[in-house]
Amino acid sequence: MRAQIAVYAVLAALALIAPFLGLYPVFLMKLLCFAIFACAFNLLLGFTKMLSFGHAAYFGGSAYITGWLVTAQGWGSIEAIIGGVLAAMLLGLVIGAIAVRRQGIYFAMITLALAQLVFFVCLQADFTGGENGLQGITRGSIFGWVGLGNDRTLYYFVLAVFVAVYALIRRIVNSPFGQVLKAIRANEPRCVSLGYKVDRYKLMAFVLSASLSGLAGSLKALVLGFATLSDVGQTNSGEVILMTLLGGSGTFLGPAIGAVVVVTLQEYLSEIVGAWVSVIIGAIFVVCVLIFRRGFVGEIHRRFAQRAA
Amino acid sequence: MTTLFGVPLPAILGQLMLGLVNGSFYALLSLGLAVIFGLLGVVNFAHGAFYMLGAFAAYIGLEFLGVNYWWALLLAPLSVGLLGIIIERLFLRQLYQVEPVYGLLLTFGIALIAEGVMRSLFGASGRSYPVPPLLQGGFNLGFMVLPIYRAWVILASVTVCCVTWFLIERTRLGSRLRAATENAKLVQAFGINVPLLVMCTYGAGVGLAALAGVLAAPVIQVSPLMGSSLVIVVFAVVVIGGMGSIVGAIAGGLVLGLVEGLTKVVYPEASNIVVFIIMAVVLIWRPAGLFGKEQ
Repeated sequence: MRAQIAVYAVLAALALIAPFLGLYPVFLMKLLCFAIFACAFNLLLGFTKMLSFGHAAYFGGSAYITGWLVTAQGWGSIEAIIGGVLAAMLLGLVIGAIAVRRQGIYFAMITLALAQLVFFVCLQADFTGGENGLQGITRGSIFGWVGLGNDRTLYYFVLAVFVAVYALIRRIVNSPFGQVLKAIRANEPRCVSLGYKVDRYKLMAFVLSASLSGLAGSLKALVLGFATLSDVGQTNSGEVILMTLLGGSGTFLGPAIGAVVVVTLQEYLSEIVGAWVSVIIGAIFVVCVLIFRRGFVGEIHRRFAQRAA
Repeated sequence: MTTLFGVPLPAILGQLMLGLVNGSFYALLSLGLAVIFGLLGVVNFAHGAFYMLGAFAAYIGLEFLGVNYWWALLLAPLSVGLLGIIIERLFLRQLYQVEPVYGLLLTFGIALIAEGVMRSLFGASGRSYPVPPLLQGGFNLGFMVLPIYRAWVILASVTVCCVTWFLIERTRLGSRLRAATENAKLVQAFGINVPLLVMCTYGAGVGLAALAGVLAAPVIQVSPLMGSSLVIVVFAVVVIGGMGSIVGAIAGGLVLGLVEGLTKVVYPEASNIVVFIIMAVVLIWRPAGLFGKEQ
């Protein structure tokens, strides 16, 4: 417990001073956005054991909606983010309602296929800019009070959102609702026989996860100023799974760490090795699935548990 | 000129023909996917990548090794199938004891590797593969011209599908395979080498994907990403047909190809998504798929 508090204190201090350490703020914000995405995804994979293979649909869908609201409709940043999250919520409700009817591998394939549908809609719809995506999404301000154009201001805004999402996910998982989710993870038929409306709980978790993924996508659109097809594509759906697995699914901090590792690798490796970066990501995927299924944080937990025993 | 939905009839027939060609590829791919899933319980995400590798094997054979189309039809599935067998031995085998989703994730990683390697070596742009001389030209049917190569694709894949169906449902080997699908431990206890059966099944399923790739090479551009979106359509086809159902996979593939072709005539904007919409409707109406059994 004390170790945990120490880890959080160090991480919080690092996060607060990061922009002054010579790190590029936009890159730091990108890390945070994907950390939010991975944590939101983990709510589903880690705590309910539902593998969605289509979470890019909510991330990318929201990025497009937020971008469109800002560029075409002239909305303010916060309103556009809320709009993006609501869109992801709605999309999650529709897709989730269809997908939770099946479990395990079927669930994964159905979410994947429906996310591909969203991808093609984004490719062909008028408001998304087709192959080019939406460019020039301005950052705006928080209700006209605080401008977000400055990189550092926006960084602390994104950091605050990340902390809020992280706290919210902890709260959800430790609530009675979260206990039911974990019970479903442990033994679904038993939950059904105990009288829980399992499908409703799963749908609820799905919608929550989709909404928070949408929040990550909306923020990403503001931070980088664009929304493209790669945000909604299957590779993005796959990468968020990798982040969660690599960091440790079912742990709180793991997915955020996984996101930092994967995004950093992509950012720096793509400069050095070009197209081989997807080979490296694929190889990490294979290694992770074969011998590292607990992930970083999961392994650390296991070591501590062994020492205590 | 006769018209339907305000579109001239030959144009409709042409699109249906294209739809049937695509449907042939869907059928071959979903058949392999269904057989692999039935015995291994693995959803092979790398299926699209193996299809791509099959097409590239044909392309490389022709460009660099002087292997013609007909030899490619034989050699590409064999070499890609061998690669599949190696992957099964080295990696997939270790995951049979854990949850099936890990098989999906592993094969996703393998697909990323295969696509990344090919993109680094050959670039992202498409390459064309010539139609073999024997199959060039077309028949004039009076109301439309039927390209010989397209007819050949449909004929070849329907034949291969039928042969595979026969092998699985009507031969001794197939009965062992079906028995192992039902209860692998018991079949093993009867003295049948189940791990060998599993290995060969994966190789054969992957080989079918590569065969589809060779057949597709002359009609589409050979490119590293040709399989990555196709595999998702094939997933949807398999979900619609019912996972693990051989008949569902074959019939589903052909019919959905036709439906896609028809959608191109009636409402082109929806042609990419019609399969997914049908999947959603089928899932609401029959969650186990059209030919699937409720567990």
